[in-house]
This record gives sequence, structure tokens and C-alpha cells, in this order.
Amino acid sequence: MATTLAPVLTDLWDKDRSWTLATYEDNGGYRGLRRALSLPAGDVVTMVKDSGLRGRGGAGFPTGMKWGFLPAPDGGPRYLVVNADESEPGTCKDIPLMLASPQHLIEGMIITSYAIGCHHAFVYVRGEVLHVYRRLLKSIEEAYAAGYLGKNILGSGFDLDITLHSGAGAYICGEETALLDSLEGLRGQPRLKPPFPAVAGLYARPTVVNNVESIASVPGIVVGGADWFKQMGTEKSTGHGLFSLSGHVTRPGQYEAPLGITLRELLDMAGGIREGHELKFWTPGGSSTPIFTAEHLDVPLDYESVGAAGSMLGTRALQIFDDTTSVVRAVTRWTEFYKHESCGKCTPCREGTYWLAQVLQRLEAGRGTSADIDLLLDLCDNILGRAFCALGDGATSPITSAIQYFREEFEAGTHTPADVLFPPERSSLFAYTPRRSGAQLAGVHA
Amino acid sequence: MTITSPQQTATPLVPAAPVERAVAPADTVTFTIDGLETSVPKGTLVIRAAEEIGIQIPRFCDHPLLAPAGACRQCLVEVWTPGRDGNLAKMPKPQASCTLEATPGMEVRTQHTSAEADKAQQGVMELLLVNHPLDCPVCDKGGECPLQNQAMSNGRATSRFVDIKRTFPKPISISTQILLDRERCVLCQRCTRFSEEVAGDVWIDLQKRGAHQQIGTFDADVLGFAGDVPTGAATQDTTGRPFASYFSGNTVQICPVGALTSAAYRFRSRPFDLVSTPGIAEHDSQGSAIRVDHRRGVVLRRLAGDDPTVNHEWVTDKDRFAFAWQSAPDRITTPLVRARNADGTPGELEPTSWVEALDVAAAGLLAAQAPVDPREEAVGVAVLAGGRLTLEDAYAYSKLARVALDTNDVDGRARPHSAEEEAFLGHHVAGRTLEVTFADLDRAPAVLLVGLEAEEEAGIAFLRLRSAVVKKRTRVVSVAALASRGLQRLAGTLLAAAPGTEAEVLDGIVASAEGALGDTAAALREQGALVLVGERLAASPGAYSAALRLTARTGARLAWVPRRVGERAAVEVGLLPSLLPGGRPVADSAARVDIAAVWGVEHLPETPGRSTGEILADAAAGRLGGLVVGGLELADLPDPALARAALDRVPFVVSLEVRRSEVTDRADVVLPVAPPVEKGGTFVTWEGRPRPFPQALVSHELADHRVLDRLADALGVELGLGSLAAVHAELDQLGGWDGARVEAPTVPAPEPPAVEAGHAVLATWHQLLDAGRLQTGEPFLAGTAKRAVARLSAGTAEQLGLADGDRVAVSTDAGTITLPAAVTDMPDLVVWLPTNSVGSAVRDTLHADAGDLVRIAAAPHELAAAGVGDGEDAPGRDEEVGA
Repeated sequence: MATTLAPVLTDLWDKDRSWTLATYEDNGGYRGLRRALSLPAGDVVTMVKDSGLRGRGGAGFPTGMKWGFLPAPDGGPRYLVVNADESEPGTCKDIPLMLASPQHLIEGMIITSYAIGCHHAFVYVRGEVLHVYRRLLKSIEEAYAAGYLGKNILGSGFDLDITLHSGAGAYICGEETALLDSLEGLRGQPRLKPPFPAVAGLYARPTVVNNVESIASVPGIVVGGADWFKQMGTEKSTGHGLFSLSGHVTRPGQYEAPLGITLRELLDMAGGIREGHELKFWTPGGSSTPIFTAEHLDVPLDYESVGAAGSMLGTRALQIFDDTTSVVRAVTRWTEFYKHESCGKCTPCREGTYWLAQVLQRLEAGRGTSADIDLLLDLCDNILGRAFCALGDGATSPITSAIQYFREEFEAGTHTPADVLFPPERSSLFAYTPRRSGAQLAGVHA
Repeated sequence: MTITSPQQTATPLVPAAPVERAVAPADTVTFTIDGLETSVPKGTLVIRAAEEIGIQIPRFCDHPLLAPAGACRQCLVEVWTPGRDGNLAKMPKPQASCTLEATPGMEVRTQHTSAEADKAQQGVMELLLVNHPLDCPVCDKGGECPLQNQAMSNGRATSRFVDIKRTFPKPISISTQILLDRERCVLCQRCTRFSEEVAGDVWIDLQKRGAHQQIGTFDADVLGFAGDVPTGAATQDTTGRPFASYFSGNTVQICPVGALTSAAYRFRSRPFDLVSTPGIAEHDSQGSAIRVDHRRGVVLRRLAGDDPTVNHEWVTDKDRFAFAWQSAPDRITTPLVRARNADGTPGELEPTSWVEALDVAAAGLLAAQAPVDPREEAVGVAVLAGGRLTLEDAYAYSKLARVALDTNDVDGRARPHSAEEEAFLGHHVAGRTLEVTFADLDRAPAVLLVGLEAEEEAGIAFLRLRSAVVKKRTRVVSVAALASRGLQRLAGTLLAAAPGTEAEVLDGIVASAEGALGDTAAALREQGALVLVGERLAASPGAYSAALRLTARTGARLAWVPRRVGERAAVEVGLLPSLLPGGRPVADSAARVDIAAVWGVEHLPETPGRSTGEILADAAAGRLGGLVVGGLELADLPDPALARAALDRVPFVVSLEVRRSEVTDRADVVLPVAPPVEKGGTFVTWEGRPRPFPQALVSHELADHRVLDRLADALGVELGLGSLAAVHAELDQLGGWDGARVEAPTVPAPEPPAVEAGHAVLATWHQLLDAGRLQTGEPFLAGTAKRAVARLSAGTAEQLGLADGDRVAVSTDAGTITLPAAVTDMPDLVVWLPTNSVGSAVRDTLHADAGDLVRIAAAPHELAAAGVGDGEDAPGRDEEVGA
């Protein structure tokens, strides 16, 4: 039986003015909060632990366990920080979620704050998405006005304030400790761990940092119960998740489905690869996860299966590339992104991405040397596991996996520009005239 | 002395500090590195533990005195740890040994035993060199460069990088002294971490990101520092750019590449051409260990020495860069004797031989002691020895006065001083060495600073206090006219006191008091609390007495932290009119017998002598026959005009001096002496810690004690101080004193003066970098000094119709100082001026000091507009005086 969609977070997206509190409440919103407030905080934590909810930000760390790492209350403040700094190439789930149904997040934050004993929660939202910032701000105002935020929420005696903070546009600030530094007003660079945020996070106080989707999933768990959540997904990857299909697919968009669904099933629902083309390669979880090819169409998209197949589930950002796409060009663009976004703190990421980009640009232009592929692999080996944070590791994934599956395209980069082998205008989904035509490039090279 | 003689019978006069016993660590961790088992205290980083057993792991960002960063990734090692089942398991990634604490049973494999660690290190090294220029042949760091060395030991012979390097325009001048070549920088962040963690000056920070990440200067538009945003004249250096730091030179030293260089040393030398001699900085009473690097008789640079008991590895920029004075063009190289004109009036100084100069000096001094005409009023010889002498030299002046000149008219205080201070020094300071030390600053729960601006006057004490404050071990309270930037960086509490009211404030620190006074009283009762008093209190009647009362009341320990390097030694050897060496009171016959026995004389002068001020006043009035003056600048004295008049009036003046000065210009005989770099000796820190240093340069100049030995010889007295060994033997023999001490001063707090309209009480202290004579010849350093401003309260400024930045004129009958006003949170009717900065020579211009009343008014606009005003009343000297 084919897996079907499981709209929970996306359930209201097609309602009229889906983002308003009224729409949310009319469709069962804030039932979870009422239920949670009637329970001891510890029971809420247990419920989330039992549900098997794992972090939706990419790493897949069990959310309830993360909450459990907080030390016993000492009378001082403890914080919830929602990581809404969605900036991974290909990843586009949190921003539509916050735009279409922001109250899911806010209710989740209130329940989570109640569960962990937090009275001041923060949302760190990516700076470039001003429309999301405004919508979230308005939604928080609505929640305050309705008594869901502020003092004595729903008469429970529980207080919570939410501060919405706009980042300044740095990929690194999606790394949780860099996010905390940035939130504190410092330069956004990752912190040395330990101490982990659970012990000394924001303002050196115990802090939980969770992804938007993880927190937004909490109200559903509280309403439906851990068993309801566990019905979806696989044994170790429970629940629903947003699968963001983008690229050469007939109907790109957000597909909320149980974890464990396959790309083949998702493509069926999305109308398949664009007309007249075939799948060439795809990312299971954004550009930092090793790429997959058509042979991975039936890999269940859960944490374990994707890992076993040599990649990571990441943020379920399924970027689909058809046969018109140059792998070398795609990887070069990604690498240029990592070079541009490297925070500069550690040598491997800072200097490594700077070098990788130059080697890849050479290969893309057809001016590579026979040693360049081995050089790329060795450089990736010198970056992977040597960098300060995981972002350096992520920068190597597309390169090593692309060489693994499409080595011949890199070899072609020693004599033929990628634009000649794969004219970019053929890949584009809209009318596009490259600044330099493939013929020109070929002429230059010849 | 640290150098002990075989005949030692008692505790030496200034005993060396006892060796600190290593405290056995409470918890140890046993693990292995490259198969070698080692035990280290819990919490030790792997990279430190490896050093201990002689395994060197390459590193750049790691520095033992800075918090771990883990940024450069050069120190990666392979690590195996025991799991729950007890079996060793390899950690999946190589670990940065600079951030990894050793745990029991851990197995660390460095580049020596692990191919993975070796490859990781080689890989990081290759990446570091991707954007590093190959300009080692012209780089100052070449030859002593950790990057160069480790690239040789832990890098590939050739690079695979054939692409385009990132470049920057070079260099950026961070200040006039510190230059930054950004393309050489490996972004280890040692400099920025030093600025944040140690100095607390945020004058550089990281900017931009990725390969464009770079160290940058302060630019609020780019960096947006939180707090402490420098605006206005009050936060500028003398060149008008934002003030950087007094400790900026340390970043040059800890930079593991040649990115940070100093203008003074840039392109001057190759490190392998330099000869290094350990030394002790001569600029303050901190006694910082330094390294003097010289080449063919010329000092090219000084570096901080590594001395955990005193200065760790840090020194102030003054200690590092201000050494050109020792080889200034105005050095005196031969003895000089003043010729007599045909009419008997004094003529010019003329070079002569040592033999003749000493004969003339001796004859002049003998005549001054016993004039031919018995009715002559100008009789007797006094000795004025400045505050910058070594222990040995100070001792020689003290002994010369008592033995050869038969007088107690000897004073080492070339600064404001008082009888109360003299009693305080005799009672509480002399002979009580190492009772309070730098280490106590680290441990003290509370430190009260009184009349002491730690950053300006005691740089190392400031850094150590700051370190303790940052670690939340210490809280600092200061009794001063205003909360300086230094106090703010110590997170200190100000007990505001107009100058002259320090005693009143100290007497108010009682447990029953409300607010900060009561809190301070409680804090000072804690075990280990300290009160540090500065020399400035001499100008505040009752303050020393009140400090003694306070410490008696609270149990806190009291230490005197003078500015100059020679002040403590002078006290210890009796360069005071009422004190003999070791804290022995002149008035105590047993003490005199004690000293006379060692000195081999029948008796010593019995009556306490005259102080510096009394000597000069009597000299100016024609009641002194001769003066022996050493290491003293007239402009440092409370009333330089009186001092000049005094020296003009005294019939016979012998000057021992390194460089031409106002004293040598008035002397009859000038005897050249060696600067510190050309002699061996011992400085004594404010703690009373002897800091011996060797002679760095070959020189035929003599130390003061050798010159004085010869002068005494010419006077017919054998001083027995012809060599360091002889002085040390005698100091060892003298030993300490367990007899009665000088009585404690008991001066009550005075009534504060009434301040009339248009007047204010003057507050003043020296800036670390100012117009001092020992900073001449170093323009790059001078550019980094704070710009002189006049500080006053918002209320006072309003009364005068002044806004921040307007020019304010501060005057006395003697002269006027005109400076930009800096409105500061401080008591009304008080105006603060830097004591001796460019444009603000307080003593010379105003003949006034802290606590005196001055007139204060808005500067006439026409003067300001014409650009006149800055120090126009100062005498036309290009070099102001004071260290």
C-alpha cells in the first residue's frame, strides 16, 4: 500500500486566512495547550519522549531527550530558543510553515516552555524573510491579546513572554551555539562545547534550542497522544514531516507525510519529474547531505534508512535534478555558497571552502587538471571531521558524493566546460539566456 | 638579596621570595600520550599534558594564558577513550588537543604515533598556508615564527595550491605603534582574545567572515561594539584616533605569525642576529620581567619575559617600547666640571677626567660641609636621589650621606611627599617585604584602591586584578575622584572622594554605614582582603593615617604601591631623613649602633634630617652648602620653580646623571652613570621583591654605587661599595630589624576646604604614557598615549557654561593649562588633569597638586580659535619630565 500524505502542520494551509488565530482556533487550535496546562510539566516531557519525536532541524536528535538534559531548576531563568534561521540550500519548510500557520509554532512554544519551566522564549528568525518576521510578530500579538501569552496564561498561573529576533543573514547562525551568540548580540560564531546549551546556553543559562517544525509538532502530540504520533512513520523515525520537493519536478511544494515515505511515492504525488526528462540526482536533506541518484528512489526517507544508504535525512529538502543538470555546476554553486557563508572561525572550513571553490570553478570551466579530482577528495578528507562545527563537514558532502556517483563528469571538466556538456538554458524552468553561450565557451576552449 | 654571601648571618635586607611550593592537586587523571603514561591534575588540557612530558603538538590559537578557542585546528590528535564496557573506542573525529581535557584511561596518539593525526595536522597546515604570503624573507617574524617553524616540522614540503591567494592592502596601522598585515594573519584570535580576556580593551575585533574574515580596528559602523563606545576627545589617543590600549604590544608578541608588528621594530632586524639578555623593566614598581634584544651594542626591542610570579607573559607598552632614552643623543659620556670665568662667575660645563672631576667634587663637598667662614649660613650637604634607583645604587646614596657627608638630609622622594607619609613608610612599609604580593591580588576577595589608579600607575597589578575580577574571585573598590576607564574594566565600585577628602571617606568605611561604604567595610573583613594605597596619598593629609585605622578596624592587609621602580628600594635602604636601612629609625640609638657596626664607623648622625621639600626650601633660602643629586628631574618635584631656584642658589651641586637634565645644567660637577641596560643591579617591586638583572650591553659607564664609592674615596672615606658583590655582601650582613619601628602617623582627617566661585579642587594623576622623560625618542609609542583632557562634572561644566569638548582653562597664579573639557561622572567643583601629559604639565605650569584649589573657567574663545593654549605656559622645553 502506498504511503499517503499526513497533513498535520499543513492541515490548515488551504483555509481562508490560514495564518490567523481565529482560523487556527476554529480548527482545534490551542486544544493542546489547554491539555498540557492541565498536566504536570513532567508528564508533557514524558509524552514527547514517548512519541519518539526527533529534531526536525536536520540532526534528528530526540526532542524529549534534549529537554531532559536540562539540569534541575535552580531558581534562575531557563530559556527556549526556536531556531528559525532556515538557510540551508534547498530547505524551505519552516518559512512556509511560519507564513501559513504561525500559531502552530506559538502554541508549541508555549507548551514546550511550560514543559521545561521557561518563562521567556525566543524565536531567531532568518533576517532575509521580512514577511515572515512581520507575520510572526502579528501572530504573537494575537496570542498575547487572546491570553495565550503573558501573565497567568489561561488562568494556569504560568507566565511566558516570547521575543522575536531577526538575524542578520548568516548561515552559521543556524548552528545552535552561533545562534545563541548572535542572539546575545555577539558575533555569530560557534561556541566551544562543552558546556552544551542545555547547561549554559543563552546568557549562560540552561537553554533548549529546537527547530521550528519540531516545536510546531508538539501541540499535535499533546492532543493526539504519543501513540497517535507513533502510528506514523517507522519504529525509530516516528511521526509526520514536511518533505520539500523542489527543482525539476512537475508540482514542487511541501508534502507532509509520515517519515519513511520514499521519493518514488512523493514523486508520484508530485506529478513526477518534469515532462520529457529523467531523474539524475537529488538531495535527501539539503545541500549538506550527500546526494542520491535514481537508484535511491525506494530508500525509505527515515533517519536510519537514509543513513544506511550513505546520506542523511537532514531537513527533508528534496532537491530534484534531471538529466539536463551538470553535477559539476551544481556542486560548484553549493561550494561557493559554503565559501561565502563560512564563518571564518576555523581553518579547515574557512580556507578549505576557499580552495575547493577555486578547484571546482576550474573544473566547471573545463580547465581542470588530472590531479584535481584526487585533490578535491583529499581536501574534503582534510576538512571532514577537522572543522570546528558540522558546517565544515556539510560542505564536503556534495563534493564527495558527486564524485562517487558522477566521477566521469568531473573528469570531463579537465577538457570541456560544464556549460558545453550541459547547456544551462536546458536546465532552467523558465526562459533563460546564459550570459556566455555554451558555443562561445567551447570556442574559447578549442 | 638573592645573591647570598657565605658570611650571611641574618635575613638579608631585601630577602628573595621563598620558592612557592607546588600544591599537590586534589584529583589527578592518569592517561597515556603516545604510549607514555602520565598523571595530571583533573581538568588539564591534553596539549598541556603533552608539553609536560616533552611531546610537542603544533598549535596556533592555543595560548596557556588565554581561554581555549579550538579555532585553528592545528593541534588535532587521535583519541581513544574507554567506553562503558571498559573497552577503548576511537573517537570518530580527531580532537583538538587544546580544548580537550584529559580523562582517566584516555589514549592520545599524536602525530608521532598516529597517521590520522599526522594527516590531519598536515592538512590543516596546508590550508593555513593557502592564503599566507610567502614573504618570510622580509617578515619581521621570520626566524622566530611559529607558522614557519611548524610548517617545517608538521607541513608538506610543497603546496598543491596553484590558485589565487586572498590579498589585502598592507599594512593597516591599528595605532601609531601597532601595524597589521592582514594577509599574514591566520585568524587564531590570540590578539582579540587577549584584548577581551586580559586587557579588557576592545580595540581590535574580527570583521567579515569566511576567507575575508580579518582583524580590524575599532570602527563602530562595522563592529558595533556593545558598550564602551569611544567618542570625543576623552577616548582618543594623541593622534586623534580612538585610544587603543596600554597593553597592545603584547598582541605583537603572542601573534604566531608576522601579522602584528610594531612600528618601532618593523624591518629593523632579523631575530637570529639578536642577542637576548633577561632584564627588569625600569618604568614602574611592578618589576616586570623583560627580555632585552640587542645587536652590536644597540637595543632593538624588548619583549615580555615569562614570570608567573610577577607579570605572567605580559608587560605594558611603556615597558616594552620605551627604551630609547637609554641611548638618547643627550647621554652624558664623560665627567663634566663647570669652568669658572675670569671674574669667578660660573662658566660652561667642560669635559674632564674622572680623577679631576672627583677631586673637584670632593673639594666642593668638603668646603660645603665646613666652610672657611664660620658665619657662613650655607652649610652642610644634602642628598636628593630620585625614585628610579636600583637597590644597590639607592643603598650607596644612603650610606654616602650618613658616612661621608655626616647627614640625615637624604630623601629619595622626588614627588609630593609629607611627614605623615614618611612616618607611614617607616612604620608600615620599610623592612616588611613580601607581606602582600601579586599572588595575593589573585586571591583577595576584595581589594580597596586608595589614591591608586591601577591601570595608569601599576599596569601588572591592574592585569592581575582584572584576571581575578573576570574569574569572579575579586571585587574592586576605589577611593578616587572619578571612575576611570580602568576601574570600569575592573567592574569596580567608586567611593567618590574629592582630593583631600580621602581620609574622611576612609574613616567612613564602617560596618554601620549605609550603602557602598558599609558594603566595603564588610568586604574588607573577609579573609585575604587588601587595601592598596598609592603614593598620591602623600598630598592628602590624614589619608595614610586613615588607611592604617581602616585596616586595623577591618583586618584587611595594607600595601603601598608607588609608581616608580626605585621607591620601595629607597624605603628599604633608608633614603629617608628619619630612616636607616631595614626600617631602623634614625632616632633609635640601638638602630644606629646596629648600622654603625656594619658600616665600621664610630657613630652616625643622630637627628633626623630634612625632607626633599625642606632641603629645597632651605637651599633656596641660602641655608645649604652643597647638594648631591642623582636620578632626579626637577619638573617631577611638587614645586619645580622652587627646585630650580634652590639649585641655582646652592653653592655647590654634584649631579650623577645618565642624560643632560635641568639638574646637570645647574651642577658644578656632573658624573655620568650607566642606564639600567648598561649595568647589573636589582630593582625592588612594590611588594618588596628583589628583581636582579644582569648587564645587557658592554659599557664603560659606571653604576651609581661605583661612582659614589669613588666619590667617597676622594672625600677620604672608604664606602666599600665598589662592586655589586661588595654591596650584596654588605646588604646580606645588614639584615632586617626586629627593634622598635617608627611610630604610626595619627593625622586626623582635615576639614574639606571651602571652594569659592570660579574655583575647583584639583585632582590629578599620571597617565601611563605621558610626557615623561623616559619615554623620549619613541614617537610611535607617544602616539598611543591618551589625549589630555580636563575632566569635570556635568554640574561644574554647566556652571561654567561649558559643553563636552569645549576648552577649559585651569589656572593658578603660576600659570594656566587649557584643555578640552570631558564631562565625567564625578563630584562637583573638582577638576581633573593628567599630571604630566603633553599640554598638561600640572606641577610645572600650576605649581599645584592634587587637593589644591585652582581657578577654572571657559577658555577665551580667541585663544582657542588661534590654536594657542595647549601648554603655552609651560617652559619652552621639548621634553617634559617624569616617569
